[in-house]
Amino acid sequence: MKLRPEEKAMLNGEYGKAVQKAMQILDTLGRVYGAESMLPVNSVQISGVSYANLGEAGLAWLAEMAAGGSRVRILTTLNPAGMDIENWRALGIDEDFARNQMRVLEVFESMGVVSTCSCTPYLFGNLPRFGEHIAWAESSAVCYANSVLGARSNREGGPSALASALTGVTPAYGFHLDAQRKPTVSVLVKADVQGTWRFGALGKAIGDKLQGQQQVAYIQGIAQANLEELKSFCASFATYGGAALFHMQGITPEAACFQAPPETLEITESDLKRANTELNSASAAEVDFVSLGCPHLSLREVARIAELLAGKKVKKEFWITTSRPVKGMADRAGYSALIEAAGAKFAVDTCCVVAPIRGRFNAMLSDSAKACYYAQAKNKFKTRLLPFDEVVKESLK
Amino acid sequence: MILKGRSIFPGYAKATTLVTHMGISFYGGVDPKTGIVVEKDHELEGQSIAGKLLVFPSGKGSTVGSYTLYRLAKNGLAPAGIVNANCETITAVGCIIAEIPCIDQIDIKQIPQQVQAELDATSAQLTW
Repeated sequence: MKLRPEEKAMLNGEYGKAVQKAMQILDTLGRVYGAESMLPVNSVQISGVSYANLGEAGLAWLAEMAAGGSRVRILTTLNPAGMDIENWRALGIDEDFARNQMRVLEVFESMGVVSTCSCTPYLFGNLPRFGEHIAWAESSAVCYANSVLGARSNREGGPSALASALTGVTPAYGFHLDAQRKPTVSVLVKADVQGTWRFGALGKAIGDKLQGQQQVAYIQGIAQANLEELKSFCASFATYGGAALFHMQGITPEAACFQAPPETLEITESDLKRANTELNSASAAEVDFVSLGCPHLSLREVARIAELLAGKKVKKEFWITTSRPVKGMADRAGYSALIEAAGAKFAVDTCCVVAPIRGRFNAMLSDSAKACYYAQAKNKFKTRLLPFDEVVKESLK
Repeated sequence: MILKGRSIFPGYAKATTLVTHMGISFYGGVDPKTGIVVEKDHELEGQSIAGKLLVFPSGKGSTVGSYTLYRLAKNGLAPAGIVNANCETITAVGCIIAEIPCIDQIDIKQIPQQVQAELDATSAQLTW
């Protein structure tokens, strides 16, 4: 590992203890993965924000890193927190949790991190360009940035992402290098895939077959995919398959740079059906929690919910999870008023994956395969997966 | 017996080995309040990793596991040292932030269970 003079000075403690610790993390990762040098980065996304996941020790570590006035050197945004920062009471979050969650956000903010609290930073201002080196955590956003945007990131964890924010560099290994971005397996999709729920099921179907193999998939057979469908696919493929990068012929920007690898995996309608069956463990009657917004909703999705709910009343607990900036646009466009008049609740800054909701519900309905995974594994809910519009309509029954 | 590997985080520890040939998920797999392995059907299920020279092939699971190692250290329940076949990012970052001596690139099959051993993670050497 060849460090530049400034990087060496950081490692030697000349920039203070926190920067030294940050450089130790990056230097070690670089050595473990055989990096030859550091790369400058201009964009960071940090995960590990919910107090439910960090606990007191995680918070103590962050406070240690912030001590002595540490500041991030580059644009750094945050993953969802465990609650809506403004509206947590209405969502049933207890006072103690809220106080601790705010302590976490204050520590991040003291370092100059922008407390966006969203898993979709690319929808509002943290948007890397094609080929740009970045250091992102949040598996769905890493997969989206690498694959859909063509930016370059490894799958960072919370501490290594913060380390890059404090130093402005990341070790040059993995998906930063041309050779590691080459597809290793072809995936031929022999089924018609449309809608966020079907793209989520596709991500699970492929992910289940490739998990643990660290393959870069070259996906063929998808005619069209919009931002929302790709967002859903990335979240699911990263969750079930651990994928950080794929290429999709005719859709993603680097696909044209490569030939399809000879080894081919076929995905048929029966694979999608199997994925769908595993995500549908609840009956319609059992559903007591409706959740849209995993990953966080785009403005177009919020607009669609408003259109479907206008003048109606929801009959189930219905959470709409999105980022604060998208909520702001929805307020201005009048969507939020229509949605709230129908009785659905915005859960901004948070999501059903990281909010402390275990034990509160029995069965969750969503259009998101990723949300179903965490609902089943972490919160012990039964789940039901339906098309976006159907999810909204079910909330009215 | 001396085994030589690669230093992940420097330091020195003298303790009893606790060896498993299964991967460890620190997040969800180890209770940070007790140091006891709680992953169902794990070889070490029910055993405490606190104060041990913990020997396992590689970490697995959520990246939040790095914070679990830190929580264990703050509670005085961290392993005295870690020896891996192949160290991955979760364990490496966890050892750095929790300051646990750690080495890897070791043929862990040679390491006996429950012996007193010395880990010099600075020179990347395990002796017993």
